Amino acid sequence: MSHYLDSYDVAVVGAGHAGVEAALAAARLGAKTALFTITLDAIANMPCNPSIGGTAKGHLVREIDALGGEMGKAADACYIQSRMLNRGKGPAVHSLRVQADRVKYHNHMKKVCEEQENLDLKQAEITKVHAENGHITSIVTRLGGEYKVKNVIIATGTYLKGVIHVGEVSYESGPDATLPANYLSDSLRALGIEIRRFKTGTPSRVHKRSINFDALEEQQGDDDIQPFSFETDRYTMKNCVSCYVAYTNEETHRIIRENINRSPIYSGRIDAIGPRYCPSIEDKIMRFSERPRHQLFVEPMGLGTDEYYLQGMSSSLPEDVQIKFLRSIKGLENVEIMRNAYAIEYDCCNPLDLKHTLEFKAVKGLYGAGQFNGTSGYEEAAGQGLIAGINAARSVQGLEEITLPRSSSYIGTLIDDLVIKGCSDPYRMMTSRSEYRLILRQDNADERLTPLGHEIGLISDERYEAYLKKQEEIDAEIARMKKTTISPLPELNEMLVSKGTAAITTGVKFADLIRRPQISYDDLAPFDPDRKPLSYEVKEQVGLKIEYEGYILRQLMEVEHVQKLEEKKLPQSFDYKNITGLSLEATEKLNRIQPANIGQASRISGVSPADISVLIIWLSQNPLK
Amino acid sequence: MSVIAAIATPRGTGGISVIRISGEDTFELCNGIFTPTSTKKRPSEMEGYTCAYGKITDGGEYIDDCVLTVFCAPKSYTGEDVAEISCHGGIFVTNRILQLIFRNGAVPAEPGEFTKRAFLNGKMNLIQAEAVMNIISAEGRASHCCAAALKQGAIFGNIDAVAKKLLGLLGELGAWVDYPEEDIPEVESGEMLSVLEESASALEKILRDYDSGKIIREGVDTVIVGKPNVGKSTLMNLLSGCERSIVTDIAGTTRDIVEESVTLGDIVLRLSDTAGIRKAEDIVEKFGVERANAKLDAAELVLAVFDNSEPFNEEDEEICKRCEGKKCIALINKTDKEQSLDVGHIEKTFEKVIYISARSGEGTHELEAAICGLFGTDGLNYNEGILANERQRLCVQNSLNAIKEAVFALNDGYTLDAVNILIDEAENYLLELTGEKVSEAVVNEVFSHFCVGK
Repeated sequence: MSHYLDSYDVAVVGAGHAGVEAALAAARLGAKTALFTITLDAIANMPCNPSIGGTAKGHLVREIDALGGEMGKAADACYIQSRMLNRGKGPAVHSLRVQADRVKYHNHMKKVCEEQENLDLKQAEITKVHAENGHITSIVTRLGGEYKVKNVIIATGTYLKGVIHVGEVSYESGPDATLPANYLSDSLRALGIEIRRFKTGTPSRVHKRSINFDALEEQQGDDDIQPFSFETDRYTMKNCVSCYVAYTNEETHRIIRENINRSPIYSGRIDAIGPRYCPSIEDKIMRFSERPRHQLFVEPMGLGTDEYYLQGMSSSLPEDVQIKFLRSIKGLENVEIMRNAYAIEYDCCNPLDLKHTLEFKAVKGLYGAGQFNGTSGYEEAAGQGLIAGINAARSVQGLEEITLPRSSSYIGTLIDDLVIKGCSDPYRMMTSRSEYRLILRQDNADERLTPLGHEIGLISDERYEAYLKKQEEIDAEIARMKKTTISPLPELNEMLVSKGTAAITTGVKFADLIRRPQISYDDLAPFDPDRKPLSYEVKEQVGLKIEYEGYILRQLMEVEHVQKLEEKKLPQSFDYKNITGLSLEATEKLNRIQPANIGQASRISGVSPADISVLIIWLSQNPLK
Repeated sequence: MSVIAAIATPRGTGGISVIRISGEDTFELCNGIFTPTSTKKRPSEMEGYTCAYGKITDGGEYIDDCVLTVFCAPKSYTGEDVAEISCHGGIFVTNRILQLIFRNGAVPAEPGEFTKRAFLNGKMNLIQAEAVMNIISAEGRASHCCAAALKQGAIFGNIDAVAKKLLGLLGELGAWVDYPEEDIPEVESGEMLSVLEESASALEKILRDYDSGKIIREGVDTVIVGKPNVGKSTLMNLLSGCERSIVTDIAGTTRDIVEESVTLGDIVLRLSDTAGIRKAEDIVEKFGVERANAKLDAAELVLAVFDNSEPFNEEDEEICKRCEGKKCIALINKTDKEQSLDVGHIEKTFEKVIYISARSGEGTHELEAAICGLFGTDGLNYNEGILANERQRLCVQNSLNAIKEAVFALNDGYTLDAVNILIDEAENYLLELTGEKVSEAVVNEVFSHFCVGK
């Protein structure tokens, strides 16, 4: 028996990183929104590593912020150490990563949600999703409370039929000792949604006083910190803590190898698929047996706790083995485990069932986001949550839903990969997944997405004005650098030679010198009396855009080239069996995925260029009406 | 699609001829004209990859005994139902059967149409289809070898090897960038440079072979020049093996250009005999000389003929001048006569000087060897595979350009993310060539090859 409680435009199931962004975006866009979670004490929890950002993930956070999401601001408010990774490897791959205070982050996000107009926070387990005629109608809680809803976003993370494994022991549980959600999967299955089983894992947390920090390498944060949010003032930021580096050794590896049969994965007790790109320590040792050591990072979990996180040591080996192998590591000889490492199995969907808007093709009003869609990582989750939230709100308001092209963002690349290629293991974002790395930089996320964020209504007029002013300053300064000539002054040539590049004999444009990789925009300041004081962000863009101009243009040409294939539209809800000449595999995949255009079809694995030729020929003979 | 049919073996009288039929109603059509004697099954009841012996009859009238081989869709060359009739090889009987097939509903296959269907049905990729097209249109032996090697993938072995090398590099770069905390060693720029340079030289060789291969496929525009009456037309006739040019002792007999394709060794020369170059008085001859000069300027190979028995004069000098900077061979003709020519003048302009007697044929082997040497076809191994067309050449050229720019960027001190996108680009062009990546260029090629209206 159920009892009617209330009605909402948008209901979000799960309040992790995807759910929070989804709920905030929907509420901010004016939709009456409810955010459901099994426990209010785990809103925006970080049950795995206490960090935000990293390679490609840092890009995602910058993009979320540029579109008007919350994660960047929350990370800026709760970080305890910040580093820009890949400095020196080039602007395309600079990646921001912070250590966050886990408890503070949770509290911060909970408060942001509580204060959000149009958003109700509810502690309840959703057990049923109802639809009529392929359209979402209501959801029901474990207590029988029924809410009439127009749209539902499923963002259940690792809660759905969660099972934790530690060695030979396994039990039903959500992450971090929460309750699992054991009913919703069956209700989703009844709506025709394919449910799969993935797994992931997390390392041990250990007590600070049991670590011998003298035996570890200290790793400090950056002196010059860059915030995640384009709204945060970079000069207010400073580091509070250090992280430390330790190494496994032959003895660690021997202990793991000798006990490998006690791992639930290697013994075959779990057959769910784990993340290839975020392997457990036993995976690393079995797969890369030639490596004499592996790096691990000892990271504080927050300022108000003595718990430390051992990044790189995720494991599902039994408790006694965990203690043994950790204590074989130099600096951890006396380590005291506070929380054990574990693997967790959970239900998720097959993202091939989703559209680029993150709505399910089969059920109008049902959206998926985050780990439920088969990804791994807080940032991947948040990016999807934001898009699902925006679209759920827009669909209620009768507005056209948004999709992000691959060439616009890592978020767009992530979603396109998910819904077109699918994933066979938890999908982690990497810079190498983008073919447009040099234009999708973390430093220009605002240029790529803020106009859209403003148009949607998540970016305030004030912020948009500031953005426009910044772009004007950048353009004007680039134009000045290309126009203004600098003479071969002896002081200038002295500087050029000292930087390892050739002296000039005649006057050249400033831009010609900035284009030299050895020379930066700032290096030329002493020779540029007309230079106006500009912000760090403007100067950075001027330097990058001039130095990498040729490469950026190349990528823009490639975008244009690919765009032509995206413009060749394919019919929707079409049975590809009607086209003779397609391979069997291609017919099946095309029928399932229903790509919108030839460009998407060409990215489907199993659809060969020969199949694409057949499609093009068919299209030319059967033009869409 | 309609049923198509064509004689698959060369036209002419031979032991057997094969007629190939393809399309949805192929077996129905065969039911009507073929009566099996080795089996009770009618053609439409036969299994794929089986054959039957029987009779071809035209409304009760016996035409020939034959063997019918059946291939059921999709396991056939075209991917459709295919039947092959092996009949006796006379021109008359083969044509009669073909006509019978047409009367029973088939239409004549366009050149390359079986291949087109194979491609449309996904039986082969575009590159293989292109190679088959080349086999069909191949004239010389060498040209056929190239086309065959291409289809069997010789060129892909080479392209693939480069693509794999680049992919390895991209993998290393990717890991190094995406896992900054996994102590993955930095990609050494020296090591990267050497991989890039190896790849560049492999691609350069493929391009060189293409240029030589193009000569094999398309022939060399060759012009024979010389002052009047040095024996140009005799040489033309010697090479072409028939009396094409009118030969007299009267200087200035050839007034217009006479053209002929001749095969010399593996190379096809598209030969033009020209009017002797001299200060002509006669208006017709003058016009001929002008055209000869224009032809010389446009030619890919010049065979300049000199008379062994006459002293070097102004007109010879003029010819030497015109040959400067061109691919050219000096032929000292009339070696059967006493030498009055001072060859020293000629050797200054021509790297290759060959003594020849156009009348007796002496020296033709030397000429052949010289031409092969000049066009680099002597060292060409057809089995290594040669690119089939301009589209493929452009892919390799673009890939090579990107690699060269990557080397430049690396040496210039650009960061590896910039270098990385250039290597990406180089790799993509190669994948486009091997048909593993769809691009607008591939799509356009589909249209240009198969005229399937837009």
